[in-house]
Amino acid sequence: MVHTLNKSVALEIHKKIFLIRETEEKIAREYGNQKMRCPVHLSIGQEAVPAVLSDFLNNQDFVVSTHRGHAHYIAKNGNLKKMIAEIYGKVTGCSKGNGGSMHLIDKSVGFYGTSAIVGNSIPIGVGLSFNLMKSKNKNLSVVYLGDGAVEEGSFYESLNLAAVKKLPTLFVCENNLYSVYSPLSVRQPKNRNIKKMVKSIGVDCLESDGNDIKKVFNSCKIGTNYVRNNRRPFFLLFNNYRWREHCGPNYDNNIGYRTEKEFKDWKKYDPLLISYQVLKKFKISDKVIKEIEKVQTSKIISAFKFAEKSKFPDKKQLMKNIYR
Amino acid sequence: MTKIPMSEIINKTISQAMRDSEKVICFGLGVTDPKGVFGTTLNLEKKFGSNRVFDVPASENALTGFAIGASLNSSIPILTHQRLDFALLSVDQIINSAAKWLYMFGGQFNVPITIRMIIGRGWGQGPTHSQNLQSVFSHIPGLKVVSASTPDNVANLLYSSIFDPNPVIFLEHRWLHNSFGKFPSKLKKNELGKCQILKKGKDITLIGLSYMTLECIEAAKILSEFKINAEIIDLKTVSPLDQKTIISSLKKTRRALVTDTSNNFCGISSTVASIIYQNINNLKNKVEIISLPFCPEPTSYQLVKHFYNDRYTIVDKVLKMFKINKKIKRIRSVKPDVPGDWFKGPF
Repeated sequence: MVHTLNKSVALEIHKKIFLIRETEEKIAREYGNQKMRCPVHLSIGQEAVPAVLSDFLNNQDFVVSTHRGHAHYIAKNGNLKKMIAEIYGKVTGCSKGNGGSMHLIDKSVGFYGTSAIVGNSIPIGVGLSFNLMKSKNKNLSVVYLGDGAVEEGSFYESLNLAAVKKLPTLFVCENNLYSVYSPLSVRQPKNRNIKKMVKSIGVDCLESDGNDIKKVFNSCKIGTNYVRNNRRPFFLLFNNYRWREHCGPNYDNNIGYRTEKEFKDWKKYDPLLISYQVLKKFKISDKVIKEIEKVQTSKIISAFKFAEKSKFPDKKQLMKNIYR
Repeated sequence: MTKIPMSEIINKTISQAMRDSEKVICFGLGVTDPKGVFGTTLNLEKKFGSNRVFDVPASENALTGFAIGASLNSSIPILTHQRLDFALLSVDQIINSAAKWLYMFGGQFNVPITIRMIIGRGWGQGPTHSQNLQSVFSHIPGLKVVSASTPDNVANLLYSSIFDPNPVIFLEHRWLHNSFGKFPSKLKKNELGKCQILKKGKDITLIGLSYMTLECIEAAKILSEFKINAEIIDLKTVSPLDQKTIISSLKKTRRALVTDTSNNFCGISSTVASIIYQNINNLKNKVEIISLPFCPEPTSYQLVKHFYNDRYTIVDKVLKMFKINKKIKRIRSVKPDVPGDWFKGPF
């Protein structure tokens, strides 16, 4: 299948970027109402990578992700109503309220879970690819991770394992420069080149801008094609930026771990703005865009309504599903 | 039927499981090497191919995550660690992932993995090759913890663990590998969560697990010379624990001695004692516990002597409970840091 960034693909990507952005903004706005009583790690600013990558994936491709997993889940077509209900702690949530924002799942689309522990889902994603080795449809398993996970032992172990066993795993690292509030400078040596390091472990790697939709598109194309055709792991390294605080609905440039200027520079390089530019190049009218966005907005409104209206889990659920 | 060593029984059980289900895969450091994890995995690769039986990088944590991931997509993995202590590198995956995947995603995914952990003792195994951490794992909801003890029950316990839909920590004491027993003609799948009464008795209940069960059996023989008829319970599954069998035995004997292969602080023996106290109110004696001192296993052969308990420690304690003031003769043909003549080291 020749997959190019044409008009309809650009619209599809825009739909997702917009849906992720607006969902996260809505969570941020509503968070103060104290109805979403769990930590939330918003994906605002990091929408492009999952929105584009998901265009190369199907429901038989697996995805695992991290504490900052909303965007990955939404982009993989995870059920939005169930995600919001999960954050509300409702029984209709994707994990019946047992998981919360950090434990999202939608089996029906191949989204196989997110973990609150940095680096924890990496080997699980590798394991998911074990039985894909024989997949006739050339399916693959995507492991989303952040730059913090690059410091975890599981990262090295998992890359090495995928390399030596030639597993169809696509590692997708989003380097947003911070692990909570700790900058890369205190976490990795100055001249660290993640791409080189990954290659030396035995996994081929491509580093790319994480906001420029065209660049992200080309990288995802190369990465997914590589894994599907060679049945070997590949590593995509994207550079992007987290706009909000590590955890919670607010901006936190005032607390001093990063500068306002850095934030503003990145904000100018907004994936959503870039997406509008792409649509413009394809001469898509504002009217068409507005219509598409309207549909997304109504999806979000109904997801929140659904969550609000849903019931909390029954007391009996407490002791259920400890063992099968 | 001829008796074979427990290591061979384990090997045959894995073979049988792999024949019975193509989903079963078996991996871990050294499973295909010439020694085959003390013989327990010898020839499995030859029989089932390297797609299903394979050696791996020394990456305990990733391998556990790998096992979980593979199990989420239809495999039934058996992961083997030559020592439990190595598996401690994988505690994140065991506790944060395997134990919780079912619960934290609202019951959508179960994790049918078996993690074999072999426990060393003596011959200088020392602080980090000999830990019996059944209590640590049993503290975690979602994990099943199985402790094989006799060659006669190991096959059904392992077979049941492999086909259990939950993550199972399968504890295997190195000293049991050369105990001889029979391989059952038909293997059972539902043996977890049950204690077993190995010997019926009326005067006292001796509760054992792992290697200490064998010492309980020997102690009971000596006690019979004193007209003490001991009942022996083998825990077999440490978690979830079959409390019913323990309580009903105690209703009869009203005396208990609980053995442990570890120290008893927050330990399984203390938990069993507590269950007994909560359920039996006419005990004839206080519940006695025989456990290890609250220190790591020392390495020196001379120190190990003071660290472990055996049948004689049990007998001494029971005689005291019965107010029989007699010293029994200690016969031990081998040195206290080896299980028998067959063991010549190195591990």
